[in-house]
Amino acid sequence: MAELTPKERMAIPRHKMPEQDPNERIKNFLEVNLGYDEETARREAERCLQCKKPACVAGCPVSVKIPDFIKMIAEGKYKEAASILKEDNALPAVCGRVCPQEEQCEKVCILAKKGQPVAIGYLERWAADWERRTIGLQIAETKPKTGKKVAIVGGGPAGLSCAGDLIQMGHDVTVFEALHEIGGVLIYGIPEFRLPKEIVRAEVDGLKKLGVKFVTNYIIGLTETVDELLQRFDAVFLGVGAGLPYFLGVPGEHLNGVYSSNEFLTRVNLMRAYEFPNADTPIFNIKGKTVVVFGGGNTAMDAVRTSLRLGAKRAIICYRRTEAEMPARVEEVHHAKEEGVEFMLLYAPVELRGDEIGNLREMVVQKMQLGEPDASGRRRPVPIPGAIETIPVDVAVVAIGNGSNPIISSTTPDLKVNKWGNILVDENTMKTNKKGVFAGGDIVTGGATVILAMGAGRKAAAAIDEYLKNPDIW
Amino acid sequence: MNKIVEARFLAPEVKLFRIEAPKIAEKRKAGQFIILRVHEKGERIPITIADSNPADGTITIIVQGVGKTTRLLNTLNAGDSILDVVGPLGKPSHIEHFGTAVSIGGGVGTAIAYPTAKALKDAGNYVISIIGGRSKDYVILENEMKQIADEVYPTTDDGSYGFHGFVTDKLQQLIDEGRIIDFVLAIGPIPMMEAVAKVTKPHNIKTVVSLNPIMVDGTGMCGGCRVVVDGKAVFACVDGPEFDAHAVDFEILKQRNRVYRNEEQISLHELECNYDKMFNEELKKQKEQ
Ligand SMILES: Cc1cc2nc3c(=O)[nH]c(=O)nc-3n(C[C@H](O)[C@H](O)[C@H](O)COP(=O)(O)OP(=O)(O)OC[C@H]3O[C@@H](n4cnc5c(N)ncnc54)[C@H](O)[C@@H]3O)c2cc1C
Ligand SMILES: Cc1cc2nc3c(=O)[nH]c(=O)nc-3n(C[C@H](O)[C@H](O)[C@H](O)COP(=O)(O)OP(=O)(O)OC[C@H]3O[C@@H](n4cnc5c(N)ncnc54)[C@H](O)[C@@H]3O)c2cc1C
Ligand code: FES
Repeated sequence: MAELTPKERMAIPRHKMPEQDPNERIKNFLEVNLGYDEETARREAERCLQCKKPACVAGCPVSVKIPDFIKMIAEGKYKEAASILKEDNALPAVCGRVCPQEEQCEKVCILAKKGQPVAIGYLERWAADWERRTIGLQIAETKPKTGKKVAIVGGGPAGLSCAGDLIQMGHDVTVFEALHEIGGVLIYGIPEFRLPKEIVRAEVDGLKKLGVKFVTNYIIGLTETVDELLQRFDAVFLGVGAGLPYFLGVPGEHLNGVYSSNEFLTRVNLMRAYEFPNADTPIFNIKGKTVVVFGGGNTAMDAVRTSLRLGAKRAIICYRRTEAEMPARVEEVHHAKEEGVEFMLLYAPVELRGDEIGNLREMVVQKMQLGEPDASGRRRPVPIPGAIETIPVDVAVVAIGNGSNPIISSTTPDLKVNKWGNILVDENTMKTNKKGVFAGGDIVTGGATVILAMGAGRKAAAAIDEYLKNPDIW
Repeated sequence: MNKIVEARFLAPEVKLFRIEAPKIAEKRKAGQFIILRVHEKGERIPITIADSNPADGTITIIVQGVGKTTRLLNTLNAGDSILDVVGPLGKPSHIEHFGTAVSIGGGVGTAIAYPTAKALKDAGNYVISIIGGRSKDYVILENEMKQIADEVYPTTDDGSYGFHGFVTDKLQQLIDEGRIIDFVLAIGPIPMMEAVAKVTKPHNIKTVVSLNPIMVDGTGMCGGCRVVVDGKAVFACVDGPEFDAHAVDFEILKQRNRVYRNEEQISLHELECNYDKMFNEELKKQKEQ
């Protein structure tokens, strides 16, 4: 086939992601997006203009060589496409599904100026899925053993990507995870219908094959301290995530049926409450009930859509700003709407009320309007005096973010943290103030994204490698 | 996987396990607990570390079979393994030389109180132990308590053994006799802990209870274990489980512990259907012991 002209490429419309029908998918926990087929992936890849100075690469937090991997897909060289992706992104099958592409690479795609950007995320996902399903995850070459030992604390994206790089550099790597399963938020937070757990498990298996050791049920700080780790490891990476749920602080928050999003999602995802009683962990019986979720981020969308799948009759997002300020990925908001989620925008909860046995019965909400911009540059919601409403609800999920879990900082007194408990690091090396200890991911930035956590893990791996070669550089 | 090296019943439905967990054995302090899971689809449940032996790397737990997970656990024997064990969790008990300390345990609460009572004794306190049970069979750890306490009073609701009455009646009796009590530790069913708090409050006796809200992760990540103390919400798994009895909101604790009552019944029913045989054998063994 002759090379397409830019005009011909631009004439191809962006390919839609095939997905489960909304009426069907709210009855199951299977993935909503079904993925392109090969033909569609190649056609979509042909839309890329192969810019000389690709804005998309600059828009990617880890500078994935986007035009290069897309070119490989267009040419049918899928294995190469996957391997180019993995040069910069340790978890392409995950990021292709959960990155906010519309805020990053796709936002600055040249095609977005005139029409619709290349579906970079869908193509990333496709290449990574192709590899996993067709030829199996390709095991990277590892350098000769160095005999140096590194402890990775936390099995989320930051820890996993750091472990992956270090093992390839020839170091001896052990990951310590507090929970009984590896994956961090990818396992306990993000639901199956958005990120099948099989993908995370395949990544973990790949790391095991490379020789990474995993120790679950092991809490650094409690089971063993950072200082003790330093006695048997040459370096330590802390990727412990955020992990301390914020509550609203309104009356009635301790009624039965009120959950933090962490608890709600952990019960369903990690503990599989949706299989109850075949799995032992229960969750409030939501069938035919009304569920409200407070918040407007990915976590809120995950919780509200989970509640539909648990049989909620009415599922409501209650957010104190407008849709434009919602931090959630556009696709999640879109999917939520398709599935029948109601959006109560510019409403803030002021009270939760229960019945005589302590079950949640109704919420009292305050209508807001947008006022002056606040510190984040977003217009601050202010109450409209007297505009109070009462709405019957049975379950409420609070998804307004996470602070930093203090287990590490309280048991490592000489580790410097800021006033919110985030570990302070050197931005280029992820070094903390404590010799031999590095940190990255949500524990450093506060709740952010998978790609940033992954990038931080890799940055730390490079610096740890340097440090192991020459500990005097500290 | 943590291997069980010893398992025996102490009372009907109350079983002691010694399990291999070297790191936890080395680290744990009185008042701390573990979270365990018995099978792939199992629930994570908190159980106090009753004792430990750093030399042979084992910890002791004492479990009362009240629902699906605890009863399933109590079908395990020496040689079996527990799928997941994580810890030590929670803040250690606050131990100091108070003077005279009364340790009150109701039912399996005695097992939870035991390590702290022992630590109180080691800190130089005069320790009085009250062990409450429904009837004679339910009074546990009497011998163990006798080793570490200066006075031990078993009490039974039906008078079949020891003092006839509730643990609070015994406590009240000690107070009425004019005994000087500087500290009370009370662990057991919520109504018992609440009742102890009511007895000690007018006498201004410092009283600590160990709360048992429903937990999931045990690391402060989910907030499911939140309890209200001094009007403020705190997480029992990291800020507790021991709190000032006079500041605890017991009503909220009782309400929150009821949340899955229906589901607990369903689970138990399912277990009984599937494991009927297992149970019968277990009960037979129990009788023989
Ligand atoms: C519901 C939800 C949906 C999200 N959706 C998206 C999305 O669509 N796109 C996106 O980019 N981002 C999303 N995020 C954010 C993203 O998941 C996080 O930014 C990312 O997972 C952070 O990675 P991490 O490795 O720093 O931490 P985590 O993923 O939190 O992993 C930390 C791990 O460390 C373990 N740990 C903690 N303390 C200890 C200890 N003391 N010892 C041992 N182990 C410990 C934890 O158990 C956990 O497994 C979402 C987050 C949530 C909660
Ligand atoms: C810090 C702490 C220490 C404990 N120590 C001991 C101990 O040493 N020995 C002992 O026998 N028991 C102890 N318990 C109680 C024990 O955890 C519960 O009895 C057990 O979880 C019940 O589970 P189940 O499936 O058998 O019963 P279920 O039928 O599920 O529940 C029975 C009751 O146990 C409580 N419960 C249920 N699930 C949980 C959960 N995930 N976490 C906490 N409580 C729950 C509920 O209030 C319920 O009313 C402790 C609890 C806490 C919080
Ligand atoms: S059990 Fe989850 S925060 Fe305490």
